[in-house]
Amino acid sequence: MTSPAPSPQLAVRPPMIAIEELSFRYRGRRRMERVALDGISLAIETGELFGLLGPNGSGKSTLIRILATLLTPAHGSVTVAGLDAASRPDAVRRRLGVAFQSPGLDGKLTVEENLRFQGLLFGMRGLPLERRISELLERFAVAERRHEYVETLSGGLKRRVELAKALLHAPALLLLDEPSTGLDPAVRLEFWNTLAMLRQAEPLTVVVATHLMDEAERCDRVALIDHGRLVALDTPDALKTELGGDVITIEAADAEALAGRIVQRLGVHPRIAEGALRLESRDAMALAASLMAGFGDQIRAIRLGKPTLEDVFLARTGRRLVDAEPHP
Amino acid sequence: MNASTPRGPAHRPRHGTEHPTENGTEYGTGRSDAARRRAVFLLATWSLMAREMLRFVRQRNRVIGAIGTPLLFWVLLGAGIGRSFRPPGLGGSMGFMEYFFPGTLLLVVLFTAIFASISVIEDRNAGFLQGVLVAPVPRLAIVLGKVLGGAGLGFGQGLLLVLLGPLAGLSYGIGQFLGAALVMALTAMALSAFGFLLAWRTDSVQGFHAVMNLLMVPMWLLSGAFFPASGAALWVRVVMAANPLSYSMAALRHVLYPPMVSEGLGDPPLWAALLVLLAFTGAALALAALQARRASG
Repeated sequence: MTSPAPSPQLAVRPPMIAIEELSFRYRGRRRMERVALDGISLAIETGELFGLLGPNGSGKSTLIRILATLLTPAHGSVTVAGLDAASRPDAVRRRLGVAFQSPGLDGKLTVEENLRFQGLLFGMRGLPLERRISELLERFAVAERRHEYVETLSGGLKRRVELAKALLHAPALLLLDEPSTGLDPAVRLEFWNTLAMLRQAEPLTVVVATHLMDEAERCDRVALIDHGRLVALDTPDALKTELGGDVITIEAADAEALAGRIVQRLGVHPRIAEGALRLESRDAMALAASLMAGFGDQIRAIRLGKPTLEDVFLARTGRRLVDAEPHP
Repeated sequence: MNASTPRGPAHRPRHGTEHPTENGTEYGTGRSDAARRRAVFLLATWSLMAREMLRFVRQRNRVIGAIGTPLLFWVLLGAGIGRSFRPPGLGGSMGFMEYFFPGTLLLVVLFTAIFASISVIEDRNAGFLQGVLVAPVPRLAIVLGKVLGGAGLGFGQGLLLVLLGPLAGLSYGIGQFLGAALVMALTAMALSAFGFLLAWRTDSVQGFHAVMNLLMVPMWLLSGAFFPASGAALWVRVVMAANPLSYSMAALRHVLYPPMVSEGLGDPPLWAALLVLLAFTGAALALAALQARRASG
């Protein structure tokens, strides 16, 4: 059950995941169909940490479920490790570890029993299984809790056990759907540190679906997904560089009014997001200076920074990643 | 960079190179491969079944409820109606307590086996089922594991009640005991598979309870557990003949009581009753497996 050693000629190997012209529709009531994925093509290389970034309902969870062989696409093809996901689901499943948004642990079983159950499902047993369980419990620092019921564990610990469970059969590919759901920021950070440590220990390809830009920032490459379409795909740095320049964020008592005055006076068009004004500029320093000179009395705070993936998403789709307030 | 042309070698031939590790493990020929598949099937079935039992034992309220309810039924109904009741066609040779005993067994098996299938809904809502469905396990093994788990619980409790029977003045030999065990095992499988079939499509526990009350209570009442078919109106007798539980009931009476009881009540022969039960179980399992293969969570 061990993964093959990484070959020296990485470029010759087929991608871990190849998705071509993938479309998916959910059948709803009264023959209404909802398009969840619309003609997506992309390839994920072996060893990559790959992000799927999009707001809720963008289709990224559907994509994860198709990769996990839970849904069969009507159009297009998906191959995992060179194997067609639709025609050979069991072969794909053996190479796959999945941690879904809702935890797949049984609260009435102990940590150890949960892992043993997973092992048996994957055809592992006996001493090799017990060794692997101990190894993962150690690595995720939950060995001391091995005899405790999962329902008594904290959210962060559960998440670690969940990861250990997903990796028990040493999959080549790990799928994570919204891994930070229900975790507080400190635990979230710890989760990502664990993941980083893990990728050093085992050759692992990881696909993360998230609506949080700071999670996507940690990925090698990010696919922006909106309304089931692939909007952009590149490294986080390249995506942000494309925006051109830096981002100015202005907090003001009356953002709308200030935006109007800035358009009138300076001829630049700020976007309003979450009650703040945003502007991109190649010469952000100079623009910020003239903003302060012209509207200093109306500005509560002004921030100058590198663009985030949220800025990129906003520029590409005109939509924000997280809908904090309902749109009229 | 253009949004519509993502980086990376996205346009490879569809039927490209297989991974090197693939050869030998996937398409290995001969007995070893068949043996491996059988082992995977059995391991998965066994572990799902064992989990079901473990969960039950760890929820004490479930244990108390499942054993207490039918015991209460038996004692209260038997004691209350016992004196005035005489099953028709038996010439007063048998009290209600005795007549009601197989019915009580059936009730225990029914309650536990059916309500065990609620775990299908819970597993789905909790996300646990998804984790099972992404394992490289035949869907039939998943169905069989869950069904056997629920059936095992119903069977175990029915057995417990049979063991308690002598305490209530019933007497039977080893043959009767084993016969009752066999019939209860079959009944538990049939009901558990039926419960699984219905639970798979239901997304709320409340909805499942509603459907179960609608189906299960009449099924039990019209199984011959409460009153014999011989004295009933024609349409009731037709419904009772179509009810799979009637055959469990008939089979239980065959194995527990002397032949004259079954003859007096007009029950079908034992072999026919067992055959109907087997057919029902097989059909429910096949449908459940088919259903699990089509829509995966």
